[in-house]
Amino acid sequence: MQVTSPLRETLITKGKTVHDITEDICRQVEGKPTKSWMIGMAISLGILAIGAYAVFALLWEGIGVWGMNKTVGWAWDITNFVWWVGIGHAGTLISAILLLFRQKWRMSINRAAEAMTIFAVICAATFPMFHMGRLWIGFYWALPLPNAFGSLWVNFNSPLLWDVFAISTYFTVSLVFWYIGLIPDFATIRDRATNKISKAVYSALSFGWDGAAKTWMRYESVALILAGLATPLVLSVHTIVSMDFATSVIPGWHTTIFPPYFVAGAIFSGFAMVLTLMLVTRKVFKLEDYITIYHIELMNIVIIITGSIVGVAYITEFFIAWYSGVPYEQYAFINRAFGPYNWAYYTMMTCNVIAPQLFWFKKIRTSIVSTMVISIIVNIGMWFERFVIIVTSLHRDYLPSSWVMFYPTKYDVGVYLFSFGFFFTAFLLFSKFFPVLNMAELKSIVKSSSEKK
Amino acid sequence: MKDNKKTYWKGIEQLSNDAAFIKNAEREFPESVTEETSESSRRDFLKMMGFSVAAASLAACEAPVRKAIPYLNKPVDVDPGVANHYASTYINGGDYCSVLVKTREGRPIKVNGNNLSPVTNGGTSAQVEASVLSLYDEARLRGPKSKGENATWDQIDDSIISELDKIAANGGNIRIVSNTVLSPSTFKSIEDFKTKYPTTEHVMYDQVSMSGSAIANERSFGIKALPSYDFSKAEVIVGVGADFLSTWGSPIENTYQYAQTRKLKDKKMSRHFQFESNMTLTGSNADYRSMIKPSEEGAVIANIYNILAQKAGISSVSAQKIEKETISKAANDLWKAKGKSLVVAGSNDPSIQVMVNAINDLLDNYGSTIDLSTAVNYRKGDEAIMDAFINDAASGNVAAVIFFNANPVYDYYQGEKLVGALSKVGLKISTASVEDETATLVDYIAPDNHYLESWNDASPKKGQYSLAQPTISPIFKTRQAQSSFLIWSDNDDDYFKYLQNNWKTMAAGNFQAFWDKTLHDGVFENPSEVESVTLTFVGDVAAEASAINSNYKSGGDFELMIYEKSSVGNGSQGNNPLLHELADPITKATWDNYITMSVADAGFRLDDAKTKMANVTVGGKTLSLPIMVQPGQANGTIGIALGYGRTKAGKVGDNVGKNIYPLVGKVNGTQCLRVSNGVSVEVTEEVYQLAQTQTQNTFMGRETVIQEATLEEYKKDEGAGRFHPHVATWQSESGQVKPEELTMWQGHEYNGHHWGLNIDLNACNGCSACVVACNVENNIPVVGKQEVIMRREMTWLRIDRYYSSASNDVSDYEEMEKAAENPEVVFQPMMCQHCNNAPCETVCPVAATTHSTEGLNMMAYNRCIGTRYCANNCPYKVRRFNWFKYHDNDQFADVNPQMNTEVGKMVLNPDVTVRSRGVMEKCSFCVQRIQEGKLEAKKERRELKDGEVTTACAAACTAGALTFGDMNDKNSAITKLMKIEDGETGKEIKIMKNKRAYHVLEEIGVRPNVFYMTKIRNKA
Repeated sequence: MQVTSPLRETLITKGKTVHDITEDICRQVEGKPTKSWMIGMAISLGILAIGAYAVFALLWEGIGVWGMNKTVGWAWDITNFVWWVGIGHAGTLISAILLLFRQKWRMSINRAAEAMTIFAVICAATFPMFHMGRLWIGFYWALPLPNAFGSLWVNFNSPLLWDVFAISTYFTVSLVFWYIGLIPDFATIRDRATNKISKAVYSALSFGWDGAAKTWMRYESVALILAGLATPLVLSVHTIVSMDFATSVIPGWHTTIFPPYFVAGAIFSGFAMVLTLMLVTRKVFKLEDYITIYHIELMNIVIIITGSIVGVAYITEFFIAWYSGVPYEQYAFINRAFGPYNWAYYTMMTCNVIAPQLFWFKKIRTSIVSTMVISIIVNIGMWFERFVIIVTSLHRDYLPSSWVMFYPTKYDVGVYLFSFGFFFTAFLLFSKFFPVLNMAELKSIVKSSSEKK
Repeated sequence: MKDNKKTYWKGIEQLSNDAAFIKNAEREFPESVTEETSESSRRDFLKMMGFSVAAASLAACEAPVRKAIPYLNKPVDVDPGVANHYASTYINGGDYCSVLVKTREGRPIKVNGNNLSPVTNGGTSAQVEASVLSLYDEARLRGPKSKGENATWDQIDDSIISELDKIAANGGNIRIVSNTVLSPSTFKSIEDFKTKYPTTEHVMYDQVSMSGSAIANERSFGIKALPSYDFSKAEVIVGVGADFLSTWGSPIENTYQYAQTRKLKDKKMSRHFQFESNMTLTGSNADYRSMIKPSEEGAVIANIYNILAQKAGISSVSAQKIEKETISKAANDLWKAKGKSLVVAGSNDPSIQVMVNAINDLLDNYGSTIDLSTAVNYRKGDEAIMDAFINDAASGNVAAVIFFNANPVYDYYQGEKLVGALSKVGLKISTASVEDETATLVDYIAPDNHYLESWNDASPKKGQYSLAQPTISPIFKTRQAQSSFLIWSDNDDDYFKYLQNNWKTMAAGNFQAFWDKTLHDGVFENPSEVESVTLTFVGDVAAEASAINSNYKSGGDFELMIYEKSSVGNGSQGNNPLLHELADPITKATWDNYITMSVADAGFRLDDAKTKMANVTVGGKTLSLPIMVQPGQANGTIGIALGYGRTKAGKVGDNVGKNIYPLVGKVNGTQCLRVSNGVSVEVTEEVYQLAQTQTQNTFMGRETVIQEATLEEYKKDEGAGRFHPHVATWQSESGQVKPEELTMWQGHEYNGHHWGLNIDLNACNGCSACVVACNVENNIPVVGKQEVIMRREMTWLRIDRYYSSASNDVSDYEEMEKAAENPEVVFQPMMCQHCNNAPCETVCPVAATTHSTEGLNMMAYNRCIGTRYCANNCPYKVRRFNWFKYHDNDQFADVNPQMNTEVGKMVLNPDVTVRSRGVMEKCSFCVQRIQEGKLEAKKERRELKDGEVTTACAAACTAGALTFGDMNDKNSAITKLMKIEDGETGKEIKIMKNKRAYHVLEEIGVRPNVFYMTKIRNKA
């Protein structure tokens, strides 16, 4: 087993023992749903129901229920898609890249972060589906399946097709990675289960885990292999999503800086979302000893770094627009800052560039309340970043005759709510029935000589 | 295990191999004797159940049966899948166009211009193109009506004849009220009617009258007629309040002639001055456009007259002085172009028109650009006679009235008075094909056929005749109005025979041969009818000038200029959704009329088509209308369009806009569309959303979009005004290359055809006939006002209208966005550019849009999954998405009847798919026409000839601004026009010697197959 240097601060405070970890985590799974959980679930299901109606209307009436038009062909749909995909970056980054870098502080947060990733990617994937004019054929025509239509094949030149591969690969690997990590913990719950049904369910879920040394060895090698596989994916997914825009000819989209800028933005928003969720979970499930201020501070530092990268990217775009000498490019960026959608631009700048800089102050980055507020602000800002890129670039492109404004309808909002409803419902189910922290891994960093203080 | 070979017997029977035992050994219950011996086993049951479920689900999935019934006796001329074309004539009141009607399986589906006509020269207008849909109008009456009840023809004929007989016997006055009638045979049938009922008089009026011009010609030359104009011979054209390219006189003819002077043949073009208060289509094409108030029209003409008179050394007239540089400039240019110039005025005031005649006489234009001997028949209405009729009726002196396809209750300024008067008329008959505002007030409706169901003839001008033939048998139980006249006057001939007999006088030689040829050509010229007359100007210029001075006194804050739109026109096709949704060429607004007002007067600019409502009061009548802030509108003037506010037009047109016919008045004895006194406008704070298809007015100084030069510059350098972008690269020594030299693609090779389209920005006047033609040809849905507000109109072809900016500083974006006060205008037809490096093609995930071997960018609707990525990535924004299901959908039934009603669907072009919800569509270069042409050539084992295939837009273009053809064909018109160099066959980039031709957005390297030619303005 790994040895923690005695000089370092312990990652888990109050001298929790191995037994405490099991007790603290399994308590949620084994106990009755708490009142706050029930309330949360009711709200989530309510939002999901409203959203489901919007989705129904969308599929029944047509894409026209949204507010898009002849010039702005994508608006909230792809904004939401990119936003959710970005959020879905944190989990795998934490569990894969930080695993490879042996960052042990990740152990307290990776389970929930990965779960969040899975749900966020599912939410993201619904938007490319719903935004299709003909979903009923599109969902399988976009796949390179052998067919009886003659020589019809997908278009490998299209970044949308790359998206299909990128997202589905990322989703699959993330799901497997997450699930493999869950197996030992399921086994723990199985072993403790008193109720017949939960015993049956958790034994099925734990795939017959026996805790043998050989099993552990296999488990660790699989985790490492998957981490190795997932690492490039973390970078590739958003790179490819950014190519939806970067490979186009539209001023404001056609930008080579997009891949690194999108990846940084994704990690930025992903960490912010993890923080938002973890701060709540930590409080509700009383996990303050596992997710400590130290964790929060480290994540806030990642937010400063990625937020600054994003800020530099914003400025670089402006510089390049000026430097390129292309009038359309220049207009596209001037229009962002001074055009009819400048409020969106300034929202983005304030939320993404200015707000995270507050974390330079130790007091702010170690404060739960300010972290909570800023993490939410960052995600608002990141939504607007995508909105600015998509709508503001499209609404005034080359030919002024086609310049338009885009106004969202209640169905734009409704389908966005649907994704929230789904996300929170899924996350609440996860937090109730799955171990929210990785017990097995946490036990490896608890001091063997722990004594209660 | 191998050792274990023990066998356990089930019993002694097995050991003894008992035959009875072995027989049953494999059965489940060997001993059982009770096993059923019935024929159906459990397996059978499962099979049956499986089959039933499968059958039931299959049956449930079955598509509804649509029966295609084959011909029992195939008509000789009708072959399924093959179109027939018939020459015919579009007649709507005095509006005329010689047309070629395309029918498929007996249904007219498209109206094209007739190239054989010397009058319209194959041109059409938006109204003509749209008229095919009026044939299938849901609002049309299904049969005759008697006192509001459905009746049979026999019933109403009996009643009408007996009542007419009674009235005639009592000497009661009978009136036939119509708009201008162009048809000689119709006149004759009316004459026959008059013979039977001698107390009959035929009253003609026009919605927009030109009676003043006729009176002026009588006063000037003693000939009460309207002259033919020949704009093509004019080097200097001065228009004063005359929208001659859009609505005034004979716009199709004018457009054709005018365009001939704008195509820079031998580097020459006409110079056009326009003085007007509203920004009109004609004014937007002028080289010099000056803003005047309507009351100043006469003064402008008098001022021009005075300058010319001074030059000619004759006495001038007293005139209000107008300080405009352009007046003296126009006069000087006119004088220089003596005999090759033309002055026209839109006013209906005889005094003004006499002055115009005086100017044209002074300039020796009679005999060159004006031909009074070839009088035109377009507007023969006389409002004096019409007013007299209404007064007679009101005083009870009219016993019977027949409204022959006229709707004066709606479209005559005395309409309200007429409603009251009609209650005193004993017998009221209408031949209207819909129960319109007038027809609802009559006793009998004898609905006329649509012109596409009728035999008819027309004489647009002296010596010019054309025939109209039915292209479908009447869809409803309607009857030609002329037949009704014949029946009511006891003539047993059917109208076809009657018409033929009437034409016999014109035939020289074999009548049948003459008839066949005329019917085939659609037109017949009889030049011998035109007797040239020597004209001597006898008008009293001084008296007319003083009449002008006293008649026009501006009073109040505003002057009102009432105008017609080129789309909805006078409102007679008010139930035609194609016309309502056609964006006005100038304002780009649809589905509304409004008050056009200058920025200074309005005090605000439109913000994304949001405006304020205003109350206009004219002569005690108040109307509430939205304000259209209009660059180029003279300060202190407003404009409102006629033709809106129908209440009995049908589902499409009812209550669209407001009816302003009641605001029309009379000045100097004739109808006047200008109100100079007593107009007040009160702007309210109520916000109103206009439905505009274009809201950004300027092109932001983007030279790659609009490239223009003046004639002087062009004469020095053919490539003047061209924008030559360069791309920086390390690949060349100079560090810069032309955009077309850089590409990441391998390029296409076109060894067969290579289709291209050239658009001459100088010839295009923005009339938008092509837009309607494209809509009809390609089954493009009409989406209605709400969806236009959502910016989702479906037109594949649009005409971008740009104003010059208020500033010349390209980096001052705020000022560049604003249009100048009196802007220069340019029209740019924009459709799919069929890029060789199409950005849409690379991004489609399912390869639904692909490139053809002939340079077309193709769209496979069935493959499209609707991601809209292609539309986003289109730099020209020409792709259109089916946001909803526009066909068979109640939501769009009212605005898009051609895809939602049984009758309306007959207009659909069977060669073009009706697109389903969720797919992308766009201009296909009329690929169905290309295929048809190629197949035809293949069947005849020959090469496709240039001109055999053309797009609907190019065919509709009266001005000839669009040239479509094969750029690989050395002899094609497009190759010659653009001077494509030899040896370029097969290459995707053609080297052109015509330096005017350019690509919009050349620098992004998409290499379009659509070319534009620079706009040239003839100004110093």
